[in-house]
Amino acid sequence: MLPFFVIIPLGTAFLISLFGKKIRNFADCLANLGTLILLILSFNSVQLAHAHKVLVYKVGSWLPPIGICMVLDGLTSFMLVTVNLVSLLITVYSISYMEKYTDKYRFYTLFMLMLAGMNGIIITGDLFNLFVFLEISSIASYALVAFGTEAEELEASFKYAVMGSVASSFVLLAIALLYSYTSTLNMADISFVISQKGSGMIVSFVAVLFLAGFGLKAALVPFHAWLPDAHPSAPAPISAMLSGVLIKVLGVYALLRIFFNIIGINNITLSVFMFLGAVSMLVGVFLAIGQWDFKRLLAYHSISQIGYVILGLGLGTPLGILGGLFHLFNHSIFKSLLFLNSGAVDYSLGTRDLQKMGGLRDKMPVTANTNLIASMSIAGIPPFNGFWSKLLIILACIQANHFGYAFCAIIASILTLASFMKVQKYAFLGKLSEKRQDLEEVPLAMRLSMIILAVICVIGGILLIPIFKPFLQNAVNVLLLGTGYKDAVFGAIK
Amino acid sequence: MKNKEPGMTLIVKTITRLTVGLILLYGIYIVLHGHLSPGGGFAGGVIIALSFIHLMLAFGKDLALRKLGQLAASILESLGALMFLSIALLGFTGGYFFFNFFLQKGRPFELFSAGIIPLCNIAICLEVGAGLFAIFTVLILFKKSENKE
Amino acid sequence: MSVYILCLALFSIGLYCVLRKRNIIKIIIGLGIIEYAVNLFFVLIGYRMHARAPILAKDQAITNMVDPIPQALVLTSIVIGLAVTALIVAIAIRIYDKYGTFDITKIRRLRG
Repeated sequence: MLPFFVIIPLGTAFLISLFGKKIRNFADCLANLGTLILLILSFNSVQLAHAHKVLVYKVGSWLPPIGICMVLDGLTSFMLVTVNLVSLLITVYSISYMEKYTDKYRFYTLFMLMLAGMNGIIITGDLFNLFVFLEISSIASYALVAFGTEAEELEASFKYAVMGSVASSFVLLAIALLYSYTSTLNMADISFVISQKGSGMIVSFVAVLFLAGFGLKAALVPFHAWLPDAHPSAPAPISAMLSGVLIKVLGVYALLRIFFNIIGINNITLSVFMFLGAVSMLVGVFLAIGQWDFKRLLAYHSISQIGYVILGLGLGTPLGILGGLFHLFNHSIFKSLLFLNSGAVDYSLGTRDLQKMGGLRDKMPVTANTNLIASMSIAGIPPFNGFWSKLLIILACIQANHFGYAFCAIIASILTLASFMKVQKYAFLGKLSEKRQDLEEVPLAMRLSMIILAVICVIGGILLIPIFKPFLQNAVNVLLLGTGYKDAVFGAIK
Repeated sequence: MKNKEPGMTLIVKTITRLTVGLILLYGIYIVLHGHLSPGGGFAGGVIIALSFIHLMLAFGKDLALRKLGQLAASILESLGALMFLSIALLGFTGGYFFFNFFLQKGRPFELFSAGIIPLCNIAICLEVGAGLFAIFTVLILFKKSENKE
Repeated sequence: MSVYILCLALFSIGLYCVLRKRNIIKIIIGLGIIEYAVNLFFVLIGYRMHARAPILAKDQAITNMVDPIPQALVLTSIVIGLAVTALIVAIAIRIYDKYGTFDITKIRRLRG
């Protein structure tokens, strides 16, 4: 069942590229059907991962470490649900939104390729396989950012492509060095060899290279410079996908796998994570307040919220990791919703400048209300889901006696609230200018996905109730297992 | 002595007529013997694409596009990828993804041995060759349309 | 050992090219140099002393071959590099179409 997460998007991508132009609406139906099947499969995988702790799938029935294996454990199933849920809602949204661009079927081809790459990164258990899927996903996203081929989109895509390629070369260099030290590429096997041979200077150098490479993909400060240009310039569903899922899977998930499960963590790594997380939070939110472009403001907030996630994960305590992972899920939901809202405003008005908008609340009720829900979520107002995850992170900081970091988190939260109140005031409240009296609400497909995401925002807090808690708790347990990952995988291979 | 026809001079055209078929054949040889000697799908696909690009450079883009049009290259590329995916899926008959579903293993060092690897090589060769030729064609054609504006 | 230092020196030259050059085409060439350096480093890691090429032949023993795994991985990596280069070159052509210049200090409409 595991390879289907890669087979289905790849198959639909090439089928759409072959038949998409000839048959009308073929691309829409096939893409939405594909993501729906993937979502059902990922819910199934949560159940599987809860029943057996670790499942290993040997590709081609070659035994690891000679063959490639795919591993399903708690963290994998958590990320699969996040990615596939958001991508289903975004494909539903782009049925209407992408009518404005030509070549809609090429959009779906690239989108499905990007989804195949992301799913591949999550389920693989082999380090070079991770690199190959990382590149598939990155190249598809470079092409998708430049999809509209306006001047600004091309400039942003060029900047993103060059920086992303340099980061991938760092990752490949680190894989080469790690291969020379351990002479194997299987993740469980690498951690086994490192635990036996001991980690010398070469493992520290490899850790720094991985931090630089994957940190750029995750938009940590100081590697964040591509994000404020790339995310606003892309079409709105792609911005939602990039900011909502791509930086988490390519950046945060890969960092977690490498540092928690393969190389092993010690206090130095954890304090580096916490420091980078805190700096990202503050830099992101300070730069976001002064922005007048709606999507650029949201992009800077992405940097800040990823800082929250890394801070939570860097604490190392069970409560901190739970808070970090829960905030990762919540951020996917509300950041995608915010970007889809900005896309709806762009679809109706044709502008992203906050100073030119005003009084949209009467004409576009669905957009305005979902934006209100998402803004309250990201600012951390009870009882929306953002409040619970931020509370967990701040409580975990205080519990671990890092009062400075907790203070930074609270400041960032207050400034986030301020900047979203600014968005609400300029975009939705106020008076509508006369030449805009004939605005309409956006089409049904866009409204449907925004409403579903808003509902998940509202009820997201229930994931902490004990019935649904295994969804998060399995993921936390895998990370707490640390280098015990290799024993679990070796045990499950037989 | 101005050259009014598309493409390069007469010397280049004559040599191209003689060698482009041999380059194509060499590419096919590298693809088919991918499991016995270095090469395989990627390298062979690049050489096959190079034979078409050589044709385009020497004779001008109209003649090369008549041999392998842009739409045909695009379709071939998707077909190659789908063929690769279906070979991988056929492995499910043996129980695993990418499983070697040939029942007789064959003798080593023969042409018809090594399971599904030659089939995968052929699929990859179609995809890489058609893809590279399509990339080259699109870049050339874009330059033409930009000059017209 | 000195071979690896030279590979890393090539990597630094490519990195300098990406960081300091102003022409888009030179940045793309620098990116290509970085990829070459990493691929070369990866292949050289597989070297064993006094060994031969890793091709199975009927009359030779299989114990003194260089490592074949890095060669297969580098093949994949070269193709990935080709795809990235093709995409970036296509973007660069369109940037010249829109902006009229290849100088990156003048392609700065997104700021702030």
